[in-house]
Amino acid sequence: MPSSLVDGNSLLAVDVGAANTRAVFFDVVEGEYRFVASGSAPSTAEAPFKDVIEGVRAAISNLQAVLGRSLLDGSRDLITPSQPNGSGADALVVTLSAGPTIRTVIVGLLKDVSLESARRLSESTYSRVVETIGLNDRRKPDQQIDSILRARPDLVVITGGTDGGASRSIKKLLEPVGLASFLLPEEKRPAVLFAGNQKMEEAIKELLKSQTASLHFSPNVRPSLETEDLEPAQRELARMFVNIRKRQVKGVELLDLWSGGHILPTGYATGRMVRFLAKVYGTNKGILSVDVGASATVISAGFKGKSTLNIYPQFGLGENLTGLLNYTTLEDILRWSVLDISAGVLRDYLYQKSLYPSAISATKEDLAMSQAVARQALYLAMQSARRDFPRNIASIKPTLAPLFEPILAGGGALSDASRPGQSLLLLLDSLQPVGVTTVILDQNNLLPLLGAAASQNNILPVQVLESGAFLSVGTVVSPVVSASYGTPVLRAKLTYSNGAEARVDLKYGSIEALPLASGETGSLSLQCLHGADVGFGPGRGGSIPVSGGALGVVFDGRGRPLDLPADGVRRRELIKKWIWTLGGE
Amino acid sequence: MQAPVNHIIGLTSIVRERQLPISGTVIARVGQKVSSGDVVAETNLAREHVLLDVARALRVSPTVADSLVKFKLHDRIAASAEIAVGKGLFPRSVRAPREGRVVAVGGGQVLMEVGETKMELRAGIPGTIIELLPNRGVVIQTAGALIQGVWGNGRVDSGLLMNLAEKPDSILTASRLDVSMRGTVILAGIVKDADALQAAADLPVRGLILSSLYPSLLQLAREMRYPIMVTDGFGPLPMNSAAYKLLSTNAKRDVTVNAEVYDRYTGARPEVIIPLPIASDPPPLREVETFAPGLQVRMRRPPALGMIGSIVLLKPGLTTLPSGLRAFAAEVKLENGETVVAPLVNLEVVG
Repeated sequence: MPSSLVDGNSLLAVDVGAANTRAVFFDVVEGEYRFVASGSAPSTAEAPFKDVIEGVRAAISNLQAVLGRSLLDGSRDLITPSQPNGSGADALVVTLSAGPTIRTVIVGLLKDVSLESARRLSESTYSRVVETIGLNDRRKPDQQIDSILRARPDLVVITGGTDGGASRSIKKLLEPVGLASFLLPEEKRPAVLFAGNQKMEEAIKELLKSQTASLHFSPNVRPSLETEDLEPAQRELARMFVNIRKRQVKGVELLDLWSGGHILPTGYATGRMVRFLAKVYGTNKGILSVDVGASATVISAGFKGKSTLNIYPQFGLGENLTGLLNYTTLEDILRWSVLDISAGVLRDYLYQKSLYPSAISATKEDLAMSQAVARQALYLAMQSARRDFPRNIASIKPTLAPLFEPILAGGGALSDASRPGQSLLLLLDSLQPVGVTTVILDQNNLLPLLGAAASQNNILPVQVLESGAFLSVGTVVSPVVSASYGTPVLRAKLTYSNGAEARVDLKYGSIEALPLASGETGSLSLQCLHGADVGFGPGRGGSIPVSGGALGVVFDGRGRPLDLPADGVRRRELIKKWIWTLGGE
Repeated sequence: MQAPVNHIIGLTSIVRERQLPISGTVIARVGQKVSSGDVVAETNLAREHVLLDVARALRVSPTVADSLVKFKLHDRIAASAEIAVGKGLFPRSVRAPREGRVVAVGGGQVLMEVGETKMELRAGIPGTIIELLPNRGVVIQTAGALIQGVWGNGRVDSGLLMNLAEKPDSILTASRLDVSMRGTVILAGIVKDADALQAAADLPVRGLILSSLYPSLLQLAREMRYPIMVTDGFGPLPMNSAAYKLLSTNAKRDVTVNAEVYDRYTGARPEVIIPLPIASDPPPLREVETFAPGLQVRMRRPPALGMIGSIVLLKPGLTTLPSGLRAFAAEVKLENGETVVAPLVNLEVVG
């Protein structure tokens, strides 16, 4: 038994989302940590409850019913540590994404340098940039003050100046920030993060200390012009997020107390886990995690030496849903729909659904719309996140998605999909992976909870990850090729471990699948036609070991970038065919 | 499982907090009877600021500039008033560009707020002031019918209720509005065209109560100076029968439309209040219920979006829905006699 497995401590992990709250129990089973059970309930950050604790208690109550073990006492408080009678849990960790989007002002010197870093930093939490102040801003200071006041920020992120570099210009930029903050009632003043020139700490304190809700410092995100290091600032921002939520949302303070301070923003906890996975399991391909939820769409990618985390509340499927139309059109959403739905009906759906983010699709038409919306939200989020991926990463074509192994997917929209095939098609459509990759569904949304648990117990995430708590959908082969519909682009032979063989001839525009059950392995020989590239080079084939999953080995011959037929009838027929191939109806 | 409640209730006790966004003066007194349009608190709100760099203008150091400034914090300054004068034979001076008030002085600069406007907080509902919130606002209590909606344009007004919706899915067109409706609150159904909103503004009316509004009209609706409350949502949705029945049977009564912007975190919702005479205090509102057979519910999503029904049975365990999703669900008998299975998260209690 590992030495750091402290007496087999049990762990309760709670995720408070915008729509749902989940409680998950981890414990030692046969000497190793396992995901034991989960319970969920609607979240209660919003009126009429206005207290996240209600939802947390309800989720834990549902978990208790599944577990057959008491976790709450008579006063509905958490029993901790676990008791000799088997009740309680030894520790609690919490991840949190519920609450209004954090209104953020970013301040920096140059648009393409420090302001870009500030933008990336603020995208690592559930924020929306409502005002930008930089050197090239032509407005007078008093106009900037009024703009900040109108923006009503919760947070100000300041970057700029290499260490020991520019300081006068930064002071000048901070004047309107300090004055605007001073003019706000004390309880409405924003929290401020300074992640710029480290030599300025004292000057910044003098300028801003008395005029902000709280002033935080982190190492410079741009210690030199050529280097960017967001990680320490992201960590500080995660702490600030929790503090802001304590002010905004009742019950977060109590959760912080229950968990002994082990509370993290959900997206940040996911990013932490992806960083860890990239370090431990990383190959020359990246690791990608996507989470499509009510509060945001989160894209976290880990590459050798660098990780990125992008949280997009504007692409969340909850209260911000109508805002999606600022980034896309109804027609672009409808291209993904399996049913013939008019733009007007979809528009009404978006507005109506934004009233009730926790409502789910009960009918097929509703599900078709929600899946189309989720596809477009994830597609847009991925396109935006790709701007921040490092250069020189493994790819087949620089204009396409880089090579990933594996792709982990979670969030309400994906766990809502009633069959793995539906989730897989959603991911193939919106992420458009290339080459060979494994797709894993995080149906219980464990990844962020494991990221939060890592601070309590570093063995638990590793053992749970390797325990089969995630659903492997299978191996996906997506050749990069351009051909006309129906042209053969790939020949594949799957040799099972018992020596049996299965073959597929993949035609351009189609999706095919070969069965290979979870836990089974096989050898896949690929012969690329028409210059198709699956990562071995154009037209070059090869053999690779593959592991199975719910859908076995899936071949996506639709080309990259995916080009759907403009004719609606034909397009919907094709989508139906693809869903059918992947086990849907 | 706990259930949110949408209040559509014939008689209840209503208590509402009304607060200024910033500190101000509370005008009302405890025990005072107010109508919805009465001002209960007020404050001055400056829309703009002017930053005067005195040190730079006078070409002196910030410390010297501070000593030359003639005004102190909170002082009022008239337009063109001399704020600071330099020294020497031909001294430079700094004058106020507009009338305003000093909000910060220091570092050789003066920050003024200008363009001050008076902001009045109206009662929003007719009733009795039962508590003062110092420098912020009041708590008002009233009794009557309450109908909550899902969208409001932020305005408030009162007037006689006139029913232009013969049925819950009536469509309001501009041609249906005439001068006899001036100063009234109109109960209408669906609004599809901008003309209808504009015609109501031209009369003007004192309020529109709609079942639904087309999303393309939301911006225009926000710009209207009369209150607009939507009971059911967006697109061509009929009014739910509970709201329609209660509103249509109270035609020709005085009603208040407090079309507050829906805020999911504070719980502020647009609502119509119909004050009614009472002999004794009616029961207060319940904000949360627990799902149980017999409860009256409204469908928040299809199937039967917007329809009212009552819970017949809470299904044990998870139920597979026609979409293929699995959720805790209930059998709901709709008012048209049909029975449907709906996930609990898609239901809200009406009452």
